[in-house]
Amino acid sequence: MTDLTSLTLAEARKGLADKTFTSLELTDAHLSAIEAARVLNAFVMETPDQARAMAREADAKIAKGDAGPLAGIPLGIKDLFATKGVRTTACSKILGNFVPTYESTITSQLWRDGAVMLGKLNNDEFAMGSANETSCFGPVGNPWRREGSNTTLVPGGSSGGSASAVAALLCMGATATDTGGSIRQPAAFTATVGIKPTYGRCSRWGIVAFASSLDQAGPIARSVRDSAMLLRSMAGHDPKDTTSVDIAVPDYEAAIGKSVKGMKIGIPREYRLDGMPAEIEKLWSQGAEWLKAAGAELVEISLPHTKYALPAYYIVAPAEASSNLARYDGVRYGLREQGKNIIELYENTRAEGFGAEVRRRVMIGTYVLSAGYYDAYYLRAQKVRTLIKKDFEDCFARGVDAILTPATPSAAFGIGEKGGADPVEMYLNDIFTVTVNMAGLPGIAVPSGKDAQGLPLGLQLIGRPFEEETLFSLGEVIEQAAGRFTPARWW
Amino acid sequence: MSVDAATVRRIAHLARIAVSEDEVPHLQGELNAMLAFVEQLSEVNVEGVEPMTSVTPMQMKKRQDVVNDGDIADDIVANAPATEGHFFLVPKVVE
Repeated sequence: MTDLTSLTLAEARKGLADKTFTSLELTDAHLSAIEAARVLNAFVMETPDQARAMAREADAKIAKGDAGPLAGIPLGIKDLFATKGVRTTACSKILGNFVPTYESTITSQLWRDGAVMLGKLNNDEFAMGSANETSCFGPVGNPWRREGSNTTLVPGGSSGGSASAVAALLCMGATATDTGGSIRQPAAFTATVGIKPTYGRCSRWGIVAFASSLDQAGPIARSVRDSAMLLRSMAGHDPKDTTSVDIAVPDYEAAIGKSVKGMKIGIPREYRLDGMPAEIEKLWSQGAEWLKAAGAELVEISLPHTKYALPAYYIVAPAEASSNLARYDGVRYGLREQGKNIIELYENTRAEGFGAEVRRRVMIGTYVLSAGYYDAYYLRAQKVRTLIKKDFEDCFARGVDAILTPATPSAAFGIGEKGGADPVEMYLNDIFTVTVNMAGLPGIAVPSGKDAQGLPLGLQLIGRPFEEETLFSLGEVIEQAAGRFTPARWW
Repeated sequence: MSVDAATVRRIAHLARIAVSEDEVPHLQGELNAMLAFVEQLSEVNVEGVEPMTSVTPMQMKKRQDVVNDGDIADDIVANAPATEGHFFLVPKVVE
């Protein structure tokens, strides 16, 4: 039954409704695929017993005719989402064997709608990274390789396990989170679709916090339609998250196939970087042509503060991380290293529990918030952030419906290839995605082509606040034109 | 701006992360690389610009001032490394 894993979520939903196969069969096919793909290290915890129990329950509901919109669909869950009774670590040693006594709002909505949990997915430690190399469980392999090469490449990060598992047909979709590009960059590296919705669209409750004013959850899936189906279940107001917005969740799937005729698509000149690979330039123009052929109008726009988004991000995000991660003290949960007194206990626990990247960011965040430096760094960065957001608002005010950009400045690279000497080299991966988090906007990455080495590349569409539907309509146009991409199996 | 070794030690202590002497030079280099990268923000004219406080314009929601949770002491201490009854155990802090 292994071919069941190659269905899209929409196809599987139909097969389940038509009783062509059961959720238990579909779930078992995925559990076998996961077992055979352990070399990818995409899952950090497999939950086969729970998966089969949830599948049986879904089958019973389907038989009774009261199936939810995701009934029987097997999903992977990023290990940043608290799952009741199932170890949740954020892929950090400091959480140790933390077993939540509660369920995150997003996952509880997925289970409410009938989805099946296959297990927990690898990610960068506390979602800090762009290659899934900072996980305490080790790096994740990208199912894509360069043509004629056996080198294992990174799947991107921080949602590397989610992207790898979806691309390798180990799950039909996955939850992910995006603070600076952590959904869209791995989606682009693996030829999957990833959407970061508008800030406030999904509840952050029960997701391990990184930078609270930037964090937003979303799905990674194999098609634009599948991502729309998943987002509909994930989104919605939650009284437990004061920043979650009380706006009705539209039927995102209805936006698929809707005409984009007359839509105004902005092409920002500041995203044309010096030294950008010609293939990415070409892909970008190709994407614009596809949208034009579908009736959209292309306009050149300017987002003058673009180059300041990444440096401002590397003040705001570490600052928020340093306060969010203050809770890991060795007292209430997770790892504890002894010390002569309580201060030493804290210091030893945090030195042992945090990896190098997390430690670096907590320290820089502590520095920019410390007395005497707050105004020069943090306050200035938040002012720059206002200007970045205003750039977008000015474009939208002039009638721009969405903005088309490359998703990443390169295709996937090898494990250990980047950031070894200078952490900033790795940070540059997020140059096209981070502006969107700084402005709180929705952004989708859609697979659009391959480079000369046969590696996938993606395009990003950025929308107005709470207009995810526009992104799904435009994303579908790109998907229809570009086709879908599946890696050759080597694992 | 850049940080010296003494500042690295001070930040580490503020962040409650033990740092050994031989880690200081390496950390100093990394932190200075990050600070050099963010230095370009100083060229932006931010005069009269309000700092961002909320990325999505919205009224801060307020909850009803009522008890809506509780009686979960077992859950709260369930993951603690050291407890006694419903108390977290830490090294002695009061002489």
